[in-house]
Amino acid sequence: MSEAKPTIDLAHLANLARLNFDPNSSESARADLEKIIAMIDAMQAVNTEDVAPLSHPLDGAQRLRQDLVTETEQRDNFQSTAPSTSEGYYLVPRVVD
Amino acid sequence: MPGIKTLRAMSSALKNREISSTELTQEHLAKIAADKTNSFVTVAKDNALEQAKQAQQRREQESSHPLTGVPLAHKDIFCTQGITTTCGSRMLENFVAPYDAHVVALLNQAGMVTLGKTNMDEFAMGSSNESSHFGPVSNPWNLDKVPGGSSGGSAAAVAAGLVACATGTDTGGSIRQPAALCGITGLKPTYGRISRYGMIAFASSLDQAGPMTCDAEDAALMLSAMAGFDSKDSTSAQRQDAWLADFAEQGIPDLDRPLKIGLPQEYYADLSNGSIIEAVQNTLAQQGHELVDVSLPHTQAAIPVYYVIAGAEASTNLSRYDGVRFGHRCENPQSLEDLYKRSRSEGFGDEVKRRILTGTYTLSVGYFDAYYIKAQQIRRLISEDFSNVFADVDVLLTPTSPTPAFSKGQLSDDPIAMYQQDLYTVPTSLAGLPALSMPCGFVDGLPVGAQLIAPAFREDVLLGLAAQYQKHSDWHLQRPNGSRVSKEWAT
Repeated sequence: MSEAKPTIDLAHLANLARLNFDPNSSESARADLEKIIAMIDAMQAVNTEDVAPLSHPLDGAQRLRQDLVTETEQRDNFQSTAPSTSEGYYLVPRVVD
Repeated sequence: MPGIKTLRAMSSALKNREISSTELTQEHLAKIAADKTNSFVTVAKDNALEQAKQAQQRREQESSHPLTGVPLAHKDIFCTQGITTTCGSRMLENFVAPYDAHVVALLNQAGMVTLGKTNMDEFAMGSSNESSHFGPVSNPWNLDKVPGGSSGGSAAAVAAGLVACATGTDTGGSIRQPAALCGITGLKPTYGRISRYGMIAFASSLDQAGPMTCDAEDAALMLSAMAGFDSKDSTSAQRQDAWLADFAEQGIPDLDRPLKIGLPQEYYADLSNGSIIEAVQNTLAQQGHELVDVSLPHTQAAIPVYYVIAGAEASTNLSRYDGVRFGHRCENPQSLEDLYKRSRSEGFGDEVKRRILTGTYTLSVGYFDAYYIKAQQIRRLISEDFSNVFADVDVLLTPTSPTPAFSKGQLSDDPIAMYQQDLYTVPTSLAGLPALSMPCGFVDGLPVGAQLIAPAFREDVLLGLAAQYQKHSDWHLQRPNGSRVSKEWAT
């Protein structure tokens, strides 16, 4: 179990997660995350040598299907929920000048 | 409507034409309008009355299902075409899904009437329903207390008698813990039993839908209607369990033999309400069951493991909220980066951000093996703990939650203390096993739940034992202010 208090670069993590934190909320977010990581670190004490990771709770395998087109075109239906569209495209701020 | 009725009582009254589905729906809508618990985010009155009308026609044509015309509410995590689906978040405040979740489609096909959508912790992340963008839900037994979470609105609505059944979802205890804190019956089926299609994803290897009802009989009826293979969910289980339909049609049969019930000692170590669960043990022993102590040695690691795996999956699943295709979009974005960051920062609440950051941390370069892979390895050990005890016992009996309902605000500033609420429910989720919480007593006027855990796809054992217990107790029939649930239409 790690005894060292984790040091967390919140600005880096927030950027990876595409989140902004203002100076006030940044400190409490970092403090909460440090507590959570410290709690999580308790699991390091468990011996997992030669144990295979379990990704599906019942150890199931991925089901495969025939490589056939099964979906129908529903662009208008799906874009009805989009905040901003034009002529079938999603609109975002200009990316390339 | 005279008092609170079970689903089966309503089904029988509709069949015998003692009431129409429109009358039943109107009576439920009137109760919801007078609600003091903030259980509902959306009341779908017009939709409900239209569905009730159609149900009435089906009843008259006698082409109906036992649940045709019976009202229910959906947790606001299930996509409902034409009705807003918020997931308790500002991010989806105005989101109207372009399709129905598989569960919603199945219950619509059965002819059930959707009264509305119930409040929940934001993106199902919470154990108190306080992280909802639409305000906290109150526990009907004491309005100053939380109802539990994340399916807190569903649990409170059933406990308050606003509806006899609501759908819920359980990722680490979100059906069972609020069921316990509100004094109702909550069933988390085996992972894969019910389709996840159209159920807004939190942690995809853990998420499972289930019914929240007055008793085990109604849970069996609902499970039968909600379960089944769905090709649109890549982890949907292909099962042929004839008992599902039999339980729904004929009621839950008596157990055919006494069971061997395991008591995992790790779940009884720090218990404030031990005498209540001991009374459950005594009742079950009187029914001829054998109770034995067992050990699940990796129990203490379950909370850390859960918060690694659920956080990692949540940070991945919630990356889809980008302000582009659906959901909240910030005003006047200056760049694509600004659009992403401000839309997400404005749309998500504090607890959701905490989980996203946790997942981002444990999945980041240099930490992946130490956290994510390590957690998956321990997940296997936890799963093997259960396999080992189920070689010797039929079912496990534990408390559902460490404490009865706590006060609003009591744990909201302390995420670690809040996470400990899931201590007895999380291991089952990690192992994908079915579990049921049933009311078993009161502490200071607040309900307490007992949890039954069975091997994978053996919900029949859970329902059989719970139905037997409920024949010998009336905790599940008690409701706030002295009212009671009736299993008969005419009282």
